[in-house]
Amino acid sequence: MEDRITGAEALLRSLINEGVDTLFAYPGGTIIRVFDSMFSHRNDIRQVLVRHEQAAAHAAQGYARISGKTGVAIVTSGPGATNTITGISDAMLDSTPIVVIAGQVSTTSLGTDAFQEIDLVGVTQPITKWSYQIRRAEDIAWAVSRAFYIAGSGRPGPVVLDFTRNAQDQLIEYKPEKTDHIRSYIPYPAPNPDEIDAAARLIDQAQRPMVLAGHGVELGQAEEQLKAFIEKGDIPVGRTLLGLSVLPTDHPLNMGMLGMHGNLAPNVQTNRCDLLIAVGMRFDDRVTSKASLYAPQAKVIHFDIDKSEFGKNIKPHVTVLGDCRTTLELVTEKIHKSSHREWIGSFRQYRDEEYSKVIADAIHPSSGPLRMGEVVNAVSTLADESTAMATDVGLNQMFSSRYFKYRKPRSIITSGGLGTMGFGVPAAIGATFGAPDRTVVVFCGDGGLQMNIQEFGTIMETGAKVKIIMLNNNFLGNVRQWQQLHYNSRYSCTPMINPDYAKIAEAYGICSRTVSERSELEAAIRDMFRTDGPYLLIANCLEEENVMPMIAYGDAVDKMIFSI
Amino acid sequence: MNNGKKLYTLIVHTENIAGILNQVTAVFTRRQINIESLNVSASSIEGVHRYTVTAFTEKDTIEKIVSQIEKKVDVLQCQYFTDDEIFMQEVALYKVTTKVLADNPKLSETIRRYGANIIEVNSTFSVIEKTGHTDDIFALNRELGDTGGLLQFVSSGRIAITRARIEHVSEYLDKFTTLYGCDNK
Repeated sequence: MEDRITGAEALLRSLINEGVDTLFAYPGGTIIRVFDSMFSHRNDIRQVLVRHEQAAAHAAQGYARISGKTGVAIVTSGPGATNTITGISDAMLDSTPIVVIAGQVSTTSLGTDAFQEIDLVGVTQPITKWSYQIRRAEDIAWAVSRAFYIAGSGRPGPVVLDFTRNAQDQLIEYKPEKTDHIRSYIPYPAPNPDEIDAAARLIDQAQRPMVLAGHGVELGQAEEQLKAFIEKGDIPVGRTLLGLSVLPTDHPLNMGMLGMHGNLAPNVQTNRCDLLIAVGMRFDDRVTSKASLYAPQAKVIHFDIDKSEFGKNIKPHVTVLGDCRTTLELVTEKIHKSSHREWIGSFRQYRDEEYSKVIADAIHPSSGPLRMGEVVNAVSTLADESTAMATDVGLNQMFSSRYFKYRKPRSIITSGGLGTMGFGVPAAIGATFGAPDRTVVVFCGDGGLQMNIQEFGTIMETGAKVKIIMLNNNFLGNVRQWQQLHYNSRYSCTPMINPDYAKIAEAYGICSRTVSERSELEAAIRDMFRTDGPYLLIANCLEEENVMPMIAYGDAVDKMIFSI
Repeated sequence: MNNGKKLYTLIVHTENIAGILNQVTAVFTRRQINIESLNVSASSIEGVHRYTVTAFTEKDTIEKIVSQIEKKVDVLQCQYFTDDEIFMQEVALYKVTTKVLADNPKLSETIRRYGANIIEVNSTFSVIEKTGHTDDIFALNRELGDTGGLLQFVSSGRIAITRARIEHVSEYLDKFTTLYGCDNK
C-alpha cells in the first residue's frame, strides 16, 4: 500500500511516530539526505539550527530535563559526531534521555578511514545506554523505536544512532514500529514485598531517620509520593544537587542541599542520624566526601531503579529495587505514622549557625561589590512561580543552586555528574523549547559563558526567551578558590581578561544590561523579566568571593568549614 | 600474592549483536582488572551468546562488575561463580620435537599420566593435546619444557558449566515469555 520512501524519510516518520516535536540540528555531508527530508517536514517538526554540535546535545538535554521527554540531536559524521560526545557523557552521568542521530559514511566505506568517518559506536559505547549503527533502511523503524524506548525507560540515558549514508538513500516500504519490551532489558523491576517490609521495619524502628532525595525522584515523577512518605514518617530531607526541585524549598521537612557546598544541617546530620533513606540518588563523591567517614553510625536503605547502584559507593543494609514512584507508595502504606519533632528540631541550630556565619552576608551584604548569592537571591525573589533555573558549572552553579528558591518540580537543569562548563546556555535554550510556558533563567560565570557563547546565534535566530545572568568575577572562580585553599593562592591560569559582553550581546541583537551597584540590581532584574525576549544581565561581582561552607577534600561530611 | 583475591568465573549470556564483547570487557578495563581468560561462543539457546570470563579480584569488586555488565541493554544475564560451584575445563596444545619424544621413553608415560593425547606425529614435530585444569596444564608444560624440546604451547580460556540442573538463563527467558507472551528481541 505504502509507496517506497527513502531511509531518510523513514527516519523522519519514525521520529514523528515517537512524538518528537523538536530537533536540535547541525547539517553536514553524510547527513544531508536527512536534512533534505527535514525540509519536507519543516511544518510538522521544529528544527533548531544550533551553532555547534556540542550545543545540540546540551540543548537536547535541557529539553529533556525540563519536559521529561526525550531530546533529539541530529548531526553529521566525524567532527559533527565527536562534538556531541561531551553532551552524551553528560547525559549518561545525569541519566538524561536523549537520542543523538549522526550521519555515517556508506557501509561500503566503513573501516577505510573515509572522509569524516569515525567509529562512533565504538567511541560512544562506554558513554551511552545503547549505541547502534543503522546499515540498512529496513532497520530504521526498529532501531528508532528501540532507541526511544531505551533512552526514556527505566533509568534514562543517552542513545546514539549511527546512520550510514546508504541506509538514508535506500528505498523501502516503511512500516511504523513501537517497542514496548526488550527481553534482555528490565527497565522497571517489580517491587519485592520482602524489601518493602524490611525497609518499613527499619523506618518504624528509627529514632533519627533522614531522607536523601535525588534526581531519581524527579525521573520517576515521584514528587508527590516522596511528600506523602516523609510527611507520614515525619522525616527530614536533604536533597542532592540534581534533586533540589523534588521538594519545594519552603517545605517544612526540607533541610537543604547535601554535599561539598551544600547546607550545614543535612551534612552534619548525615553523621548523626540512625537511618539514612536514600531515594533515587547514587552517593556521588560530591555528596559523601570520604566514603569511609560517611554516616558510619547509620543504617542505610537504598531505593533505586538501577541495581548496579546498590553498594557501588555506600553499602546499604536494605535495598529497595524498583521505580520509586511505586516503591515509595508501598513503603508509605506499611510504615506507622510517626513524629520526630525533637530530631527535626535539632537541625535548627545548624541552620541558624550557617545563616549567621555565611548566608546572611552572602545574600544581604551591606557594603562592597555585588555578591553572587545576593544576585541569585534577588533573581529568585523576583522570578515568577513557573521559573526553571539552568546553571553553568563552577561558583555560579554552587551559588545559584544554594540560593534559588525551588517552587515547582523540574526547576533545576544543571550538569552534576560531568560538571560541564558551557552546559548552561545551550541547555537553557533547549529548556525553552521543552516548556514554552515556563520562564527559563540561566546563571553562568564569565568562564563558562564563553565555552558556548556562539549559541547567542541560536538565541538570535529562534528568539528563545532565555534570561542569562552572568555572574562576572573576572576569574575561573571555582578553581581559584581551590588554588587559594590548597595551593597557597598561586592563581595559575585562573584570572581572566574579559571581552565586552554587552557588545557581544548587542551584535546578536540580545538586550543586555550591566550592573555593578547594589542599588541598581533590582531594577535591572525587573527589566530582564519584563523584556519579552532573551536577555543578558551582566552582574559584576566581588572578584575573589568563595562559596561557603564547604567540605574540604577528604574530610567527613560533618566537618564543614566556613572560611579559608 | 593475591591479597585475599580469588579467581571468579563469570558466565554472561547476551544477544548476538555486534560490539557486546567490547561492552563486557570495558567494565573490567575501567576498574583496572585483568581478564585471566575469556571464551565466547554460541550457547545452547539460538541467538544467544555465552561468555565465560575469569578474573582475580575481591568478592565486592566482582559483584559490582557483574551488576554493571548485567545493566547493559543487550546482556541477558551475568552471574559469577567460585570454582566449587562449576565444572570447568581448558584445552592446551603442546608442540615438541619428535626427536625429544623418541629420545625420552619416559615421556609417553608422562603424557599418559596427564591424560593427554598425541594428536600429530611427523618426522620433525609432534603435537600433544590436553584437556583439564590450569594447574595440570601448566605442570605438563613445565615437564615438557624441561626436555628442551618444547617448540610451542597454547592454552585456551576456561569454559564452565554450573552445577545447577538447567541454565539459569533459560529460567530467565521462560519468565520473560510468560510475562510478555513472546520472546521477541
